[in-house]
Amino acid sequence: MSSPFSINGGACVAMVGKDCVAIACDLRLGLQALTVSNNFPKIFQYGDNVFLGLTGLATDVSTVSDLFRYKVNMYRLREERQIAPRTFANLVSSSLYEKRFGPWFVSPVVAGLDPKTGQPFICGFDSIGCIDFAKDFIVSGTASEQLFGMCESLWEPGLDADQLFETISQSLLNAVDRDALSGWGAHVYIIEKDKVTKRLLKGRQD
Amino acid sequence: MEVLLGITGQDFTLIAASKAAMRGATVLKAADDKTRSLNKHTLMAFSGEAGDTVQFAEYIQANAQLYSMRNEADLSPSALAHFVRGELASSLRSRKPYNVNLLLGGVDPITHKSSLYWLDYLASLAPVPYAAHGYAQYYCLSILDKHHHPDISLEQGIKLLNLCTDELKRRLPIDFKGMVVKAVTKDGIIDIEFDDDKVVKSA
Repeated sequence: MSSPFSINGGACVAMVGKDCVAIACDLRLGLQALTVSNNFPKIFQYGDNVFLGLTGLATDVSTVSDLFRYKVNMYRLREERQIAPRTFANLVSSSLYEKRFGPWFVSPVVAGLDPKTGQPFICGFDSIGCIDFAKDFIVSGTASEQLFGMCESLWEPGLDADQLFETISQSLLNAVDRDALSGWGAHVYIIEKDKVTKRLLKGRQD
Repeated sequence: MEVLLGITGQDFTLIAASKAAMRGATVLKAADDKTRSLNKHTLMAFSGEAGDTVQFAEYIQANAQLYSMRNEADLSPSALAHFVRGELASSLRSRKPYNVNLLLGGVDPITHKSSLYWLDYLASLAPVPYAAHGYAQYYCLSILDKHHHPDISLEQGIKLLNLCTDELKRRLPIDFKGMVVKAVTKDGIIDIEFDDDKVVKSA
């Protein structure tokens, strides 16, 4: 109940499709059962097609997202190119492990397309940076159990962009409706080769 | 039992804070001002542990004023909110963190857009249309959910504030000695006359 990971609540999910990936999050910020804001997005963009979802303690969501904005900006200046999702995932991992004995209380999710091959890439992390590579989907947050159930039953290989949007949206919305600490609207990003679509979902406001 | 309230409208942000300075069950002062102005169009209200509150608020105030003097330009409410969050976040993981909850309200000097930021001692930052801190949240957020609109006028905002303070007087077990009420508009920060002596009958 008073675990730092479940004080503020929140949910995030990423999915692989055919030549596309999707990442979605809810918008709730709460203090235990009290909802403070329904406008707290948990997905951040770090390149043309590199996205990071962060659930967990809200203060660390903000701190860690700001920290990676700084690190990715420095990377871009030094290398004179955008960061690739796999490189970014390793940056996330090593940055989290730096705080091994006093971690950031976040569960990150990375989603993107490889800039060279266009291959979908998703992965998740624990709070100290252990990477979980997946070829189907990654879930995180207080609704992760519900998300596992929804994704296991709705996801299938080879979904196109429109089908993937429908699948990830239904998975997220129905998962957060069974979690008291998540929900209150959602953001969904569909990432294709040269196109990123961001959609705002209205969810139940209770 | 400190009360902080914030309400935004079309061209203003209202900030209200209870007047009672308490220590345990004793009221030490009945005309305390728990607000500090950061610049001409940004106001901050604070509650929390006794020494930390004023110390932190005046540290932020001094740095905001230093920035204004060095650059001959004020920071926007959004920029200030993120600065305060950064300071509070680094304090959170220090040996002795500041135990301060904040509301930061302002009107952007260029766009004239009103804004309100909710910040707790963990440095969780959220931009909100209306906000409260402490026990007041449980009584006031539901009232504001029902009656608030983004385009209300200052008069309507003050009426809304009265609705909230009436409920607090009705439900809170300790007298919070009325409210200091201030409004941030495009012309600056103005003190609002607020009737603290109004008696509200309990249910």
